[in-house]
Amino acid sequence: MLDGAQPSVLDVKDLKTVFKTRRGEVHAVNNVSFHLKAGELLGVVGESGSGKSVTMMSLIGLVPAPPAVVSGEGVYFEGQNLLTATDDELRAVRGARIGFVFQDPMTSLNPVFNVGFQLMEPLRKHMGMSKAKARVRAKELLELVGIPDAERRLKDYPHQFSGGMRQRVMIAIALACDPKVLIADEPTTALDVTIQAQILELMKDLRDKLGMAVVWITHDLGVIAGIADRVLVMYGGQVVEHAPVRELFANPKHPYTRALLETVPHVRGERAERLEVIEGQPPILRAHPTACPFRDRCDKAFDRCARENPSRYPVGPVHDVACFWDPETGGARDV
Amino acid sequence: MFDTAQRKKLVSVNGLKMYFPIHTGLLRRHTGDVKAVDDVSFDIYEGETLGLVGESGCGKSTCGRAVLRLYDPTAGTIEVDGTDISTTSQSGLRKMRPVMQMVFQDPQASLNPRMSVADIIGEPLREHTKKSKAERLDRIYELMDAVGLNRDFANRYPHEFSGGQRQRIGIARALALNPKFIVCDEPIAALDVSIQAQVVNLLEDLQSELGLTYLFISHDLSMVRHIADRVAVMYLGKVVELAPREGLYDDPKHPYTVALLSAVPEPDPAAHDSANRVILQGDVPSPSNPPQGCNFCTRCPKVMDICKQLDPEFREIEPGRFVACHLYNQ
Ligand SMILES: Nc1ncnc2c1ncn2[C@@H]1O[C@H](COP(=O)(O)OP(=O)(O)OP(=O)(O)O)[C@@H](O)[C@H]1O
Ligand SMILES: Nc1ncnc2c1ncn2[C@@H]1O[C@H](COP(=O)(O)OP(=O)(O)OP(=O)(O)O)[C@@H](O)[C@H]1O
Ligand code: SF4
Ligand code: SF4
Ligand SMILES: [Mg+2]
Ligand SMILES: [Mg+2]
Repeated sequence: MLDGAQPSVLDVKDLKTVFKTRRGEVHAVNNVSFHLKAGELLGVVGESGSGKSVTMMSLIGLVPAPPAVVSGEGVYFEGQNLLTATDDELRAVRGARIGFVFQDPMTSLNPVFNVGFQLMEPLRKHMGMSKAKARVRAKELLELVGIPDAERRLKDYPHQFSGGMRQRVMIAIALACDPKVLIADEPTTALDVTIQAQILELMKDLRDKLGMAVVWITHDLGVIAGIADRVLVMYGGQVVEHAPVRELFANPKHPYTRALLETVPHVRGERAERLEVIEGQPPILRAHPTACPFRDRCDKAFDRCARENPSRYPVGPVHDVACFWDPETGGARDV
Repeated sequence: MFDTAQRKKLVSVNGLKMYFPIHTGLLRRHTGDVKAVDDVSFDIYEGETLGLVGESGCGKSTCGRAVLRLYDPTAGTIEVDGTDISTTSQSGLRKMRPVMQMVFQDPQASLNPRMSVADIIGEPLREHTKKSKAERLDRIYELMDAVGLNRDFANRYPHEFSGGQRQRIGIARALALNPKFIVCDEPIAALDVSIQAQVVNLLEDLQSELGLTYLFISHDLSMVRHIADRVAVMYLGKVVELAPREGLYDDPKHPYTVALLSAVPEPDPAAHDSANRVILQGDVPSPSNPPQGCNFCTRCPKVMDICKQLDPEFREIEPGRFVACHLYNQ
């Protein structure tokens, strides 16, 4: 899965998004770079406001501009730079070759159309299918995501489905046109754990079956551990650590990642008498950061951290970290 | 381990039912009930934290609110600090209010945006005490110190605070009248992982300093394992299992507890490879039309014939361990 020779399906280079509002600027995404390979599941973790959603929305032209200004070296998808693509070109990519699933299925499903119509629409629009053909495919898609009695349920409206079922419908719609990349933004956050477990199994199964690449945004480290191949940790609008999932959990390098892994309680194994705390609040970036965004909360911070924003330094074959401190030596990194 | 034999019962709930009537048709006829809480019994001991877990809609909040008499229960008794409050009038309840308080899930929605922090924290003092303005301000500062809010922020408004700080305001308000018992309804659900630990540690510190008793409602099974002494698991309006923390997490008895715990994704990739998951099929039935027999029989991997006919009794199968399941009725 992490075969270095395989070309990337999606390659994001130095993406930057600034919201320019009357009350000032918010530098939501700062020089974010990552790539995705076919069949790979990339997990993205980070706390609220760290820029996870804006990153993904920016790369397919879904952030409102203005106020957003999106720039960067490029977002390369199937030989095309999406940053310089026209609105029409982006529309042809969105919902077809790049699919989406959002946190709250109720806000993304249209309550006035039945589920069959909403499944058939992208098939007819993007794939030019006839009504009859699209209907057959729509039924297959509902079956694919495990909705029983699919034929009959095509006529049902979103409110007639439970939360978990609606999320399955959303996934079916996102998969309708055989996307190369599926971007899932907190798709199970609003669901109960037993339903979440069903959706996670479904996703792993579909990824294997269909071979698409998946970006999975979540704040739940447990979900990441169970589903991701590689992980991006975001903080203050930037990628602070990037590693294969096992490596990240076994050998975290960034003080934020390390603290985050310490602060979550476990349902099995050792039980801590006292939870570790990351003091303070995450930053809101009013200007392009010229210092490490984590420094106010970092117990390893030293003078350089206030003068310079660290870039991503390689610490392993597919592991890099944006930090001046080196956990191996306990001192400053040699960079 | 928390030793219940040594402690006094502060809260005692027996046969609590909370039904919400369903009215349909032009004549708004009473055609059924949402059985949000359906015959629930438990005790909470002084100084302990009882965790109440279960999936969305199983009746946790309704249960917590009914225990504080924010609702008029359909049936059952609720004793708090030696007083039966299940049928007490609203004016009688006013006298009990200082003893029992609530902290809500959404710190944003539960704080009046037009009131300053000092006014919010001081409101119960104005309503329930005869303190002068200066005395109230002293107490407000004391409470702000206790929950780790800077006194300089007393005149600011809720929107100027972060989620974690807003939750501290809610906790300070709940503490204003020196309560003994606090129902915390998902107090950390709206907070970031890194902020959750701050609030949970605060609740633990306040408990040991002030001897507080908590009913801690949450769907986060990992956090409940951290904070609770005993845990009650709800499913479709009923408590299906109640046990000391260690017993419940190490050796769950009820098939639903087993499934619920196994569905929690562990923050450890190696654990996922070996995990022998019980993935439940289907959805939770509607509380207005629960199945005949055991409420869990439509999804239970261990279902037997008897489960579809008879509702299993909630009984003590070992000292301190209560389960409602026919598997333990032999
Ligand atoms: N339309 C907008 N105008 C101004 N600022 C915005 C806008 N949309 C997002 N932001 C800001 O951009 C930053 C990043 O937001 P983003 O939604 O990407 O965070 P996130 O990591 O997805 O958080 P969450 O976990 O809460 O979804 C935040 O500070 C947010 O307030
Ligand atoms: N005032 C009300 N009128 C009618 N039905 C209600 C009312 N309050 C709650 N219910 C119903 O009672 C059931 C239990 O709701 P409750 O809010 O107690 O669940 P919960 O366990 O707290 O769920 P969550 O985890 O989503 O907060 C649900 O089916 C809900 O729709
Ligand atoms: S660069 Fe400095 S402040 Fe930032 S995480 Fe590393 S040690 Fe901490
Ligand atoms: S009583 Fe029967 S259906 Fe209910 S939990 Fe026990 S085994 Fe399952
Ligand atoms: Mg987001
Ligand atoms: Mg609730």
